[in-house]
Amino acid sequence: MKVLITGISGKLGRLVGKRLDSAGHSVLGVDRRPWAGAPERVQMFQVDIRKRPAEDVFRTEKPDAVIHMATVTHLTHKSPDRYRINLQGTRAIVENCNRYEVKQMLFVGRHTYYGAAADSPLYHTEDEPPMALNSFPELADLVAADLYAGSALWRYPEVNTCVLRLCYTLGGSKHGTLANFIRGPRVPTVLGFDPLFHFMHENDAADAIVAALDKNLRGVFNVSGPPPMLLSDVIRDAGRQNVPVPEALMNLTLGRFGLPRLPPGAVDHLKFPIVIDSAAFKKATGFQHAYEEAEALTAYRKSD
Amino acid sequence: MPSLFTSALPVNEKIRADVDRLQLGFSHHGIDAYGIDKAELARFFTALEWAYRRYFDVHVYGAEHIPLSGRAMIIGNHSGGVALDALMVLASCFFELDPPRLAQGMAEKFINKVPGASQLASRLGQFTGLPEHADRLLRDDRLLMVFPEGARGTAKLARDADSLVRFGTGFMRLALKTGTPIVPVAFVGGGEAIPTVMNLYKLGQFLGVPYIPVTPYLFPLPKPVKLQLLYSEPLVFEGDGSEADEVIHGYVEQVRSRIAWLIEQARALRAGTLKPEELELR
Repeated sequence: MKVLITGISGKLGRLVGKRLDSAGHSVLGVDRRPWAGAPERVQMFQVDIRKRPAEDVFRTEKPDAVIHMATVTHLTHKSPDRYRINLQGTRAIVENCNRYEVKQMLFVGRHTYYGAAADSPLYHTEDEPPMALNSFPELADLVAADLYAGSALWRYPEVNTCVLRLCYTLGGSKHGTLANFIRGPRVPTVLGFDPLFHFMHENDAADAIVAALDKNLRGVFNVSGPPPMLLSDVIRDAGRQNVPVPEALMNLTLGRFGLPRLPPGAVDHLKFPIVIDSAAFKKATGFQHAYEEAEALTAYRKSD
Repeated sequence: MPSLFTSALPVNEKIRADVDRLQLGFSHHGIDAYGIDKAELARFFTALEWAYRRYFDVHVYGAEHIPLSGRAMIIGNHSGGVALDALMVLASCFFELDPPRLAQGMAEKFINKVPGASQLASRLGQFTGLPEHADRLLRDDRLLMVFPEGARGTAKLARDADSLVRFGTGFMRLALKTGTPIVPVAFVGGGEAIPTVMNLYKLGQFLGVPYIPVTPYLFPLPKPVKLQLLYSEPLVFEGDGSEADEVIHGYVEQVRSRIAWLIEQARALRAGTLKPEELELR
């Protein structure tokens, strides 16, 4: 099968690309960034997914399946590019999938779709609407991209569309939202709050994406592995120092004293948990995680 | 990490061992799938035992009616300006049952917004009262504790402590949908423990809580008085939760009148006109 992967130079993109390549699929990579050390058979196209050259790849290569991972998910990324890549990029991919008769499209989204709020439930299910967008406008583009990709299910029923909402990933690559957040020696938390954090090993995440492709999955699915951990335990087991800051002082201290910078809305993600129920995905694909949460943390810590 | 309120509390080793016997599926991190924390439970129940066995004069009747396993819903009345009723139900489920069980309350929404309280409530399994939470916990065969009077009930003044205000109906639809037996409980004595004479709603709003109860001695500090808990035999209703409102109201009324009957008996016990062996807990 010919599989086109957008955002292939990212952490998950590389892992998925390598897996599909060694499984004998022919892999086309689309990314503005280069991938040094890509497997030989992977064909790279260094183009922008929103532009004509990317459409040319669809036209000339006629991929059977597309895995769309070219989204900016970092909580800290604030450039206007972010909106354009996440929403306009997703729109271009969906349109191209329909126009060039792609059989299967996978959109790889994030569990932060559901939002963190005081009154949101533990273990979100796929039918829940996104919450707390008002407190975190930086996430709105990701949510819009997720819903837009999902709308392909009724607009283009002949494209087998699947939207995955992945929990955080951790591992040896040290890339990703959670990895960035706990990168420094000191990690800020909000005094009086200690939410559950839901994450899985990045290898498991890549396996899950491949499983969704193999099973021709259709619909919207949460993807997670082991049960969530308390943020304080994540910080301790990563060998970092937990710095509880009163919420009123949060804006003053972030970005200073060796603490990471965060947009104001992200503070709610340090107060309230986003935990997802992935029973439907596990049932549909038979996916089982291979790494426990401690192993994902160890892999992260080892690469320090 | 211990919460702000409990980090300095000692732990009774016997209670730590009892926490280990809770059937919640604790991971090797010492938490269950919902973030309920063994270490926090041990600290909390050590403090609660002192209140339950020494500070207050607590009398529990009919604790054998609480199922030792499987899903169940404890439905009680509110009495007293703060959640003393919930604390005593929590204590009785832990200290009177063998093996002990953790009653999981459906908390008011403001609790999750208060620093420290949010963390403590989450670690003790007292989650925000959302239908999604109740449904999931029941399907997980947990013991749910619900006060259908809600904030209307905790706001009762001392003179009304033994009366019942309107019951919400959400619990009944959930019980029918999930096939959960309902264990009615009456809590009497809250009015004596915290003799609320008025509630300050404006000040409460300012502080981010529904209201601040005021007692003749100002603070809502509970007095060491006699408290009674009367559990009755479970009530099981047949249905799927999609019934018409009037049907649901009828079922809720059965639960409400059972609790009213339990309160009446508790008062008779206090007055000495009823002996414990004459109690009707069915």
